[in-house]
Amino acid sequence: MAALQITEEQFEAEVLKSDKPVLVDFWAIWCGPCKMLSPIVDQIADEVPEIKVVGINVDEAMTLATEQAITNIPCLILYENGKEVRRSVGFQPKDTLKEWIKG
Amino acid sequence: MIDIIIVGAGPAGLSAAIYTARAGKKALVFESYTYGGQIVNTPEIENYPGIKNISGFDYATGLYEQATGLGAEVKFEKVLSVDKKEDGKGFIVKTGKNSYEAKAVILATGAKNRHLGIDKEEALTGRGISYCATCDGAFYRGKDVAVNGGGNTAIEDAMFLSNYCSKVYVIHRREGFRAENETLESLRKKENVEFVLNASITSILGEDRLSGIEVTDKNSGEKKEIKIDGLFIAIGQEPDNKDFEELVDLDKGGYIIAGENCRTKTEGIYTAGDCRTKDVRQLVTAASDGAIAALAACSFIDA
Repeated sequence: MAALQITEEQFEAEVLKSDKPVLVDFWAIWCGPCKMLSPIVDQIADEVPEIKVVGINVDEAMTLATEQAITNIPCLILYENGKEVRRSVGFQPKDTLKEWIKG
Repeated sequence: MIDIIIVGAGPAGLSAAIYTARAGKKALVFESYTYGGQIVNTPEIENYPGIKNISGFDYATGLYEQATGLGAEVKFEKVLSVDKKEDGKGFIVKTGKNSYEAKAVILATGAKNRHLGIDKEEALTGRGISYCATCDGAFYRGKDVAVNGGGNTAIEDAMFLSNYCSKVYVIHRREGFRAENETLESLRKKENVEFVLNASITSILGEDRLSGIEVTDKNSGEKKEIKIDGLFIAIGQEPDNKDFEELVDLDKGGYIIAGENCRTKTEGIYTAGDCRTKDVRQLVTAASDGAIAALAACSFIDA
C-alpha cells in the first residue's frame, strides 16, 4: 500500500471529511527532495495504520496549494477533523517523521 | 567485522562504496538524512565529465542503485561516534540505533547549507525563505525574489528562478563571483535579473511571511529595502565533524584535515568529499575522493 494520490477536487472528501487523521504530502516532479520523501511517505502509509496518507501533485493543484498557503515543498501537513494540526517543510528521515506525526 | 564503514551516503560516500564493493570487500554506509547529499537539490548538473545533463535526483539515485546493486549496504542511521577498538584492531562505530565494528572507516559527511544567522531567518523558513530554489521556485511564479550568494549554486538558482519569477535580485557581498563563467554570462543577459553587488542582507522583513529584505552596501554603508516575496539563500556550506574530533584534526572551518590521498592523522580512518580540506568542492572531486579513500582503506585492510 502506498500513499493515495488525489486531486484538488478530491481534497474535501478525502482529507477534510476523513474520520481518521490525514497526512498530506504536497510534492512536485521537479523537486528533488520531494522525490526522496515520497517513498518514505509511502512506507508510512504501510507502517502507521492509525492515519490516512495521501499525496497531491501541486502542479496540478495550484488553487489548493495557494489556499493552503504552500510555497515551499516538500510540505507535509497533518489534518484532523478537517483542520490543519501542523506542517513540516523539507525532507525528513523516516524515524524523525514518525515522531513528528505522533506530535 | 565489517570491512569498511562509510559515514555519509552522498557522492563521496557512495563512490567509496562502489570501489569497496568492486574490490571484493564489504561496505556499510550510514546516512542520517537522505542519500545523494547536497546534489539532490540541483535541477541540472551540466559539468560532470561524461554526462551532458542530468538532474541531481537522477544522479543521486543512479549512484545509490549502482552501489547497492554491487552489494554495498546503506543503513539510514546517524553515526554518533567512531572509536578505536581497545585491542587496536579496528574501530567501533556507534549510531543512534546500534554499535558496529569495522576494519577501516571513511568519513564522507559532506556539508550543510550555511544560514545567514540573522533575526527571523528561522521563523520565516518555509514562509518565503528557502534554501532550495528547485523545490520552491515554481511557487513564486510572477513574483519578485532574491538570491543571496556568489557561487555556482546561487547563480544556477537565479537562472532557474528567472524562468518563473517576474524579477530576480542577485545579492552578493563582493564584485566578483566564484561561479562558473558560462552560467554567469547567461544570467547577465536576462532582463529580469538585477545584480546587487558589494552588499549583504542585514535584515529580514515580514511578520507571518517574508515581505522584503534590507541590504547594506559594504563600502558606503548605505541601507536599502527591497520588496520581495521569496529569498533563496545560497551562501555556501558548513561541515559538521565535531563528533570525530578525537580521531581526526579539524581546521578552523571544521573541515577534516587531509590531502589528496584522503588520509587522516589516524591510520585506518580516511575522509572523502566536501567534508575534508580542499580547494575544489564539486561532484567530480567528491567521486574521485571516494575512489581514493576506498582503495587506500582496502590496501590498509590487506596489509
